[in-house]
Amino acid sequence: MNEESSLNQYEALLKNVHGRFYRILLSFREREVLVRSLIYLSVPAILMFSMFVGRYQMDPAETLRITFLGLYDLIFAFLHWTGHAILPSVFTADFIPHSYEMRGGTVLFNIRFPRIVGAALVGAALSVAGASFQGLFKNPLVSPDILGVSSGAGFGAALAILFIGNSLAIQASAFIFGIAAVAATCLIGRIYKGSGTLVLVLAGIITGAFFSALLSLLKYMADPYDTLPAIIFWLMGSLGSISTGDLMLVAPAIATGSAVIYMLRWRINVMSLGEDEALSLGVDTKKTTIIMITCATLITASAVCISGIIGWIGLVIPHLGRMLTGPDFRTLIPVSAFLGASYLMLIDDLARTLTTTEIPIGVLTALIGAPFFAYLLSKKTVGWV
Amino acid sequence: MILDIEKLTFSYDKKNYQFNEISFGIGKGEIFSILGRNGTGKSTLIKCILNVLVPDAGRISLAGRNVRDWKRQEMASVAAYVPQAKNIVFPFTVFDYVLMGRTPHIPSFSIPKESDVGVTEDCLKKLGISHLSDKPVSEISGGEHQMAAIARAVAQGPSLIIMDEPTSHLDMGNQQKVLRMTEKLAADGIAVLMTTHFPDHGFIVSDRVAIMEDGNLIAAGAPEEVITGENLRTAYGIDISVSYVPEAGRKVCIPVK
Repeated sequence: MNEESSLNQYEALLKNVHGRFYRILLSFREREVLVRSLIYLSVPAILMFSMFVGRYQMDPAETLRITFLGLYDLIFAFLHWTGHAILPSVFTADFIPHSYEMRGGTVLFNIRFPRIVGAALVGAALSVAGASFQGLFKNPLVSPDILGVSSGAGFGAALAILFIGNSLAIQASAFIFGIAAVAATCLIGRIYKGSGTLVLVLAGIITGAFFSALLSLLKYMADPYDTLPAIIFWLMGSLGSISTGDLMLVAPAIATGSAVIYMLRWRINVMSLGEDEALSLGVDTKKTTIIMITCATLITASAVCISGIIGWIGLVIPHLGRMLTGPDFRTLIPVSAFLGASYLMLIDDLARTLTTTEIPIGVLTALIGAPFFAYLLSKKTVGWV
Repeated sequence: MILDIEKLTFSYDKKNYQFNEISFGIGKGEIFSILGRNGTGKSTLIKCILNVLVPDAGRISLAGRNVRDWKRQEMASVAAYVPQAKNIVFPFTVFDYVLMGRTPHIPSFSIPKESDVGVTEDCLKKLGISHLSDKPVSEISGGEHQMAAIARAVAQGPSLIIMDEPTSHLDMGNQQKVLRMTEKLAADGIAVLMTTHFPDHGFIVSDRVAIMEDGNLIAAGAPEEVITGENLRTAYGIDISVSYVPEAGRKVCIPVK
């Protein structure tokens, strides 16, 4: 109430000085900045919160202590590693990390931390890919798997589960077939020259159907007591098995792809007006399309190969971002990344804690995401849908 | 000559020609209108000029250089395009929409600078739509949308603005507003090429008019000479009376029963 009355005074003042239009403009701008800051801050906040949550109960104070000691160790180890060249000998003395010997340290650093960071990474990746595809295909209902990357990855994972079985092979195979499916889509799309992105969407449906059929075939062939459940669990998505090594493998690809898309954010605005208009505004649409598809596919395939199929995020998060801060891709791309990271970390906290056995994360994202999305659409507090 | 078209020929399938060896030119600050029935290839011609479609033969020179040789980004700061009114999927604010006109001046991996924001504000003011600046483009009227589209074209800083039926879908008041605006642009030295379905608009603003029919320009020149009952009958296949109305101070075109 108090806040509201001071706001009213402020508004009355502005009315005298600037008039009605500027008041609306100013309050709108301020609210948007506030919302955006909150979204960015939610990521470190939820990351910290997630460290305390899980089957292995830990004292918050102890968790904090271990976390900071761990960070200290990490920085010290880094200095030690680089120190030979640039630092005085104090820093290059024998380095013995102490955090690993603490109770809970192993759980925190080897299991929980990679999982939380993995959730943030996968959530951000899928959301950025979704947002950029929505711009490219001029359609807010598009998700990252529109060009068949998930179907391809699903088939690739199933293939490796059936014939090889180790987790690195599963990841590699999922990644390769995810990329291959998109490449196939682009090849089919190129047969019909000059018809733009619509044909690509159609080609994506074709590739998706083809790989889904192949996946069904593999499921049919799989051992119902051993490999079939493994395939099904992979397809439902899980962040439980993500290791630090996995993160090291996919993080550079996701970071690079996202960085390029972030740099292209103004061009994505222009691309979303349609091909002819973008051309007339001086954009090389062909080159931009290729770069966007390459980057979005790279980050989606990288995310999917460590997490399995997690639906809904790439569709819902950019929508949520548009509702909160508007359709401008200059802000939508970073906002989607941070919202996606926070959202998947929270969903994964639920997946870990709701029941004694873990709930597959792909199930939860849809189970929570679908009603949440329906609620957002019905509320329509902002004019953007 | 800012735009010079020589013997331009285009077909989608190398058999049925959309237009055949048409030639015309537009000078600095000149308004040039093209009339013609639906489907005669007016929009195709525009796409050729914008280097979206490649002609079979002939040459289009923009500021003395073949459009095929222009770098797209450079060309966009010389020739701007105002598309036919259509839905925009993402409800950008009018300000951001107009700001997109600055794209030819922004490197690929960059975003608009303060100076681009300044130019955009000037363009909004010039078109009289500063008050709409923060409204989503999905929530403004057709007339306001057309003004925003023209503002975006002006923001490109062009010497030539190409408008594809800028007055279709607009009420009479907004049609006149758009026409007045083209006059204002021409007065600033910007050449305007527009297609239209209203022969009257040729009398209201154009310096020169051309009528396109069956792949050729059947007439081109001053409005008085081109917009005649005979030419309009050839173009639209109906009898049209072109007579002087003292109250309007100009000739008007009325279909005769």
